[in-house]
Amino acid sequence: MLSKKVKSRIIFLVFLVLSATLVIFFILRSLEENVVYFFSPSEIYSKPNISFNEKIRIGGLVKEDSISKDQTSIKFIITDLKKEIIVSYTGLIPNLFSEGKGVIAEGELKDKKYFVADKILAKHDENYIPPEVSKALENSNY
Amino acid sequence: MFKNFFPNKVLSLNNNLISSLLILMILVFILGLIYALFISPPDYIQGDVVRIMYVHVPASFIAVGCFGFIGIFSILNLIFKIKFLPLISKSLAPVGCIFSLVSIVTGSLWGKPTWGIWWVWDARLTSTGILLLFYLAYICSWQFINNFEKANKVSSVIGIIGLFNLPIIRYSVEWWNTLHQSSSITLTSAPTIHYTMIVPLIIMLLGMIIYSLIIFLMGYKTEIMKFKLDKKKSRNN
Repeated sequence: MLSKKVKSRIIFLVFLVLSATLVIFFILRSLEENVVYFFSPSEIYSKPNISFNEKIRIGGLVKEDSISKDQTSIKFIITDLKKEIIVSYTGLIPNLFSEGKGVIAEGELKDKKYFVADKILAKHDENYIPPEVSKALENSNY
Repeated sequence: MFKNFFPNKVLSLNNNLISSLLILMILVFILGLIYALFISPPDYIQGDVVRIMYVHVPASFIAVGCFGFIGIFSILNLIFKIKFLPLISKSLAPVGCIFSLVSIVTGSLWGKPTWGIWWVWDARLTSTGILLLFYLAYICSWQFINNFEKANKVSSVIGIIGLFNLPIIRYSVEWWNTLHQSSSITLTSAPTIHYTMIVPLIIMLLGMIIYSLIIFLMGYKTEIMKFKLDKKKSRNN
């Protein structure tokens, strides 16, 4: 039904698309380290060639009851519910930063448990809930 | 249904269709905006900033969707050489381009108060930026290559390569750690947005789809007329 010309074009395109898929797949795989925006505490712990005193981002949840503030600086624990890293930071904090919520810290690792941040970003999750519903949810948990 | 996009059918479309679509769009937008701005509740942590979502998410959907059509039509165009396919893609491109820009701008307006930063180079934001670049490249290839056949080929190749970016945008938030949150509405599981927020989202999406359709139809009509005129001219020479 299809003419020879059309058939050859289809074959050419299929070949092109397949090879492009392969190329992009391998590029993305080799870029993995750079595409990832932040590391979780577990990833930091299991990373073999970890770089201290170099700019890096870590992310996770702010551990409940872990925030301690004084005048200008703040200290808290980032957790992924398996491993924890203590973060200290001086500067402005985004409004949505709070206990139990997602956070990303940019700065330097001093050792595997201690991180000095020079930027804090609040990460919002995919849940959108009206305030009354969230209160009701909380009450039902207790 | 596909027959309705044949050039002669579209040319004979009277302007009544476009004006009735326009009225429908205005009604949908009025309803959607009232719902989005007044009836729907604020979010429990974001507060009223959540209302930016009602523009941001539909705009992103349309930006990705338009390029999906452009990519698929580019493939069909290269294989079957159907004359009106490139004209369809060509008139879809500005719509998608504007909406990807809207998506990025509203996204950063949302990001500043929520994340504490306008822009980051995480996978979702970067791939959306690349989508905008693909749109610009696609539009430029039509704009700056004067020979129709040549422009048709170049733009189709851009459309096909750009198609690969779409699954990367969609799954970037699942494949890699990103600052951008993962999708709240998926085909496979229940949405994580409360229904009082989904309703205005869907109404706004509908309004923007109608808007895109209007702009597309107007552009497509003009492209067909231009194409026929060029043909006539080259015949007369």
